[in-house]
Amino acid sequence: MNIITKGQSDQLDFHFIKEVKERSCQPLDLCYHCQKCSAGCQVASYTDFRPNQIVRMIQFGLKGELLKSSAIWLCVNCETCGARCPNGISISAVTDTLREIAIEENVPAAVKNIPIFHHSFLNSVKSNGRVHEPVMLVRYKIKSGKLLEDIKMGMDLFAKGKMPLFPSRTKNKDLVKQIFDRAEKTDFKACGQNNSASSAVERG
Amino acid sequence: MKFAYYPGCSLESTGQEFDYSIRSVCSALDIELTELPDWVCCGSTSAHATSHKLALALPAQNLVIAEEMGLNPVVPCSACYNRLKTAEHAVKSNDQLKQQVEGLLGCQFSGKVTTKSALEAFVKDVGLDTISKRVEKKLSGLKVVCYYGCLTSRPVEAVAFEDPENPQSMDKLMKALGAEPLTWSYKTDCCGASLSITRSDVVYGMTGRILDAAVEAGAQAIVTTCPLCQTNLETRRKDHMNIPVFYFTELMGMAFNLPDVNKWLKKHIIDPSL
Repeated sequence: MNIITKGQSDQLDFHFIKEVKERSCQPLDLCYHCQKCSAGCQVASYTDFRPNQIVRMIQFGLKGELLKSSAIWLCVNCETCGARCPNGISISAVTDTLREIAIEENVPAAVKNIPIFHHSFLNSVKSNGRVHEPVMLVRYKIKSGKLLEDIKMGMDLFAKGKMPLFPSRTKNKDLVKQIFDRAEKTDFKACGQNNSASSAVERG
Repeated sequence: MKFAYYPGCSLESTGQEFDYSIRSVCSALDIELTELPDWVCCGSTSAHATSHKLALALPAQNLVIAEEMGLNPVVPCSACYNRLKTAEHAVKSNDQLKQQVEGLLGCQFSGKVTTKSALEAFVKDVGLDTISKRVEKKLSGLKVVCYYGCLTSRPVEAVAFEDPENPQSMDKLMKALGAEPLTWSYKTDCCGASLSITRSDVVYGMTGRILDAAVEAGAQAIVTTCPLCQTNLETRRKDHMNIPVFYFTELMGMAFNLPDVNKWLKKHIIDPSL
């Protein structure tokens, strides 16, 4: 692995592992790099770093390099890594945490459309309580500048009546807005789980 | 048998045939589905990828509604099932997290309901015997591969209701309908999910592997339980690939000889005539 040679020592953040462990609740110290996660990773051929490399970079404190990576955005959270890890580590939970940190610290995403998509999706939930796919997709396309992509697919779905013009309504719209507001104001960063090796013990 | 029914956003748009078919099939089996009044979106990938608080609070709100109804929620969409079940697992197994989620929602959980995927409810609660007795037109000679995807299998501790690497429930269900489920290695691979919109090149690669494997196994159709998998497998494929992708409930409806089958089938992007 050539990762460590890329960064200078002043770029290392030795508190990074503590932060990620606390927020993701994954026992990252237990990783002995058997690479079972990387062997099974469904997007490994498209990302700059493999799952166990992500863990190694966290162990080394390579925060800046990791938050800039495409791997944290291209992870599809399929959880294959977590299901197969002999030490009970879910890299998927780790990438959730890393994305959250990247957003909080305004680190530009290596795949910039992905956070734009998530933002458009959640905005749709916030306004209607449910996702209205046509409007959500149009907003995403305007913001990402990908207006001409997938027009045929959109027309096909529309022709089949699968892109309803009007949003589905819920009377809980205001409650959903409140949940968003409270989530923004509430400060609980940890997942609240016991950050020990219990999951590995449970697995025997 | 009664369940609370959580359709989710996809079943009102890209996954309409799943909604239509599950309602018809349930009515044919005398299962009463009551839609959760004023359900809210589960937050899907976008919530858990960017905010762990919304990722729990949005699905948990639906658990609160199901608790008020006093019925176990049954969830057809794999992504919604995954989010509701993960939230249920979190509030049932972790008091601190439960309090935090209650704070976000402004109400309390009793922990009385158990979220079930539609597949689980049919195979475990309704039972294969009841289902096979209802079959009027056996799907004899139909070779299928069962594609479970990620979200009903993993994370194992929170959502899996059977072996996460080699699930069998849909295969057994297909046998009960008279079809022939084939052995293949891509049951729980990922279709690429929401990257379909943002990085369709990646998704074409991922669906390509699954579609090629299904054809290589000799399948005439792929059977799935997830609207995103179904849409990705039907819309993100090479032009020459014509294998149709069904929701398992559509095949149940065909085997039950239900009158409104054509209403669902005409919704498919890939011509499903077999």
